[in-house]
Amino acid sequence: MKILVTVKRVEDYESKIKVKPDNSWIVTEGVNYRANPFDEIAVEEALRVRDANMPSEVIAVSIGSATAQSEIRSALAMGADRGILVKQDGFVDSDAVARLLAKIVEKEKPDLVLMGKQAVDVDDNVTGQLLAEYLGWGQATFASKKESLESAEEKAKKPGLMLAADKKSMKVVREVDGGVETLDLQLPAIVTVDLRLNIPRYASLPNIMKAKKKPIEELAPAGLGVDVTPKVKVVKVEAPPARAAGIKVPDVATLVQKLHDEAKVV
Amino acid sequence: MATILLVAEQAHGHLKKATLNALTAAQQLAQKNGGQIQAVVVGGAGEELAQFVQNVHFVQNAEFEHALAETHAAAVAEAAKKLQATDVVIAATAYGKDIAPRVAAKLGAGIASDILAVVSANQFKRAMWAGNAIATVEVTTPVKVITVRTTEFAVAQKAASAGQVQPLQVAAPAAKTRFVEFSEVKSARPELTEASVVVSGGRGTKGDFKPIEQLADVLGAAVGASRAVVDAGWQPNDLQVGQTGKVVAPKLYIAAGISGAIQHLAGMKGSKTIVAINKDPEAPIFQVADYGLVADLFKALPELSEEVKKLK
Repeated sequence: MKILVTVKRVEDYESKIKVKPDNSWIVTEGVNYRANPFDEIAVEEALRVRDANMPSEVIAVSIGSATAQSEIRSALAMGADRGILVKQDGFVDSDAVARLLAKIVEKEKPDLVLMGKQAVDVDDNVTGQLLAEYLGWGQATFASKKESLESAEEKAKKPGLMLAADKKSMKVVREVDGGVETLDLQLPAIVTVDLRLNIPRYASLPNIMKAKKKPIEELAPAGLGVDVTPKVKVVKVEAPPARAAGIKVPDVATLVQKLHDEAKVV
Repeated sequence: MATILLVAEQAHGHLKKATLNALTAAQQLAQKNGGQIQAVVVGGAGEELAQFVQNVHFVQNAEFEHALAETHAAAVAEAAKKLQATDVVIAATAYGKDIAPRVAAKLGAGIASDILAVVSANQFKRAMWAGNAIATVEVTTPVKVITVRTTEFAVAQKAASAGQVQPLQVAAPAAKTRFVEFSEVKSARPELTEASVVVSGGRGTKGDFKPIEQLADVLGAAVGASRAVVDAGWQPNDLQVGQTGKVVAPKLYIAAGISGAIQHLAGMKGSKTIVAINKDPEAPIFQVADYGLVADLFKALPELSEEVKKLK
């Protein structure tokens, strides 16, 4: 099987995010970067599906500036086999990302594309679905599994995605409103992953060393014939409205009295 | 002239309330672009929808029984083309998020997702970086697709007179996806995103949600949970409040044993009144709480339940 997995370089969620004084973007100086946490779950799942179905290959793809090499290297250090970086500086909207990925899919012909359900920078949650439609493929968004992250299955690093014996289809459990749904996808297909699909592994030191020798192919949007002019532009970025400071109450009786008389909510 | 197509969501033939929040966003957009609102629903609930929208189109045949993104997006895109829609508006529920981007791709439209406000005919506000920044985005394409964060828009009122409901013939594409099963999480409590009071528990509950549920029942509230609780398998995923879970904005939000990670705050900061109960006086949740109580939730919540009962 050939599995393509996306890895986006994003601001570390532990970093303090501040808006630029000119409202053009956020302050990027002094901010740490890392792979989108949902993409790490996608990489982990790709590795589990690969290892349960050898021979298989996992290709980590990123779209971004040259610095996104380091997020591809992290995926390679986790165990992915090779990388592709589509080099493009500055903001690329989700639609352009999907069209770039569609070109890479045409070139690589994977059986499965795994992606995070959203990137925690722009929080868009649309790229996987756009890609599925551009390719005319089936999709399962918000992939999860029925077993908890503390289950024996998770400890044994079993894949949550259930590949059929003939490897032509895959059952996927998804988190939807009001419960969990199971879909059967004809391959090739797109799966976007949610938080409870797996716990991503840490890269071991020997694997980090090995990853340095794995190949990363560099491509450009123009070479792929994709116009990355955004369909959706960011015109302004502002700080969210601040909440007025609250008070501490000494006991439950005071709390109830405040909720009743002041806030009038009970 | 602009035509705004509201995409309704239904379950078992009943209209989902989120559709009415999305309708309010559509009405605000209509004020900006002078457009007319029409609605489409795949499956039943057409009559119910016509109480709110003058022109309702419904697509109904067996191939659309399950809400597969491939088939439902195809039906909506087909409807949008037939009605020459300039804007497609849908609630950012699991269903909306699943199908809206595919509709956009089919229509060559740009998509503004999970919007908080309508700024102009083509500009919208949306949260980024877990709500640490609010962006104004501009959709530059002639046709636009918009998904709506339901908590930011009130529920629309019924129209003065009922509208017309007409069938729309749409051919279902051969889906490459097959529905297998749905395991419903059943609860007698109100739905999380619709409740006016939410009581949420975090790691501090150590998995024992009895005091949370007891207080929720006294208040007629929905139960919510932090990510840690859901990850541990203590509560179903459906109850997670946060950046990647449900976004809620009730009248009263009570967070018990929740430290208040930024990802959790992103899902409840919009609540009118926030109460935090936590043993740790340094917990970040206190920074957004209107009323903070440093206490053990296993002592404070039963007491709170008793005090509230006395008021009633």
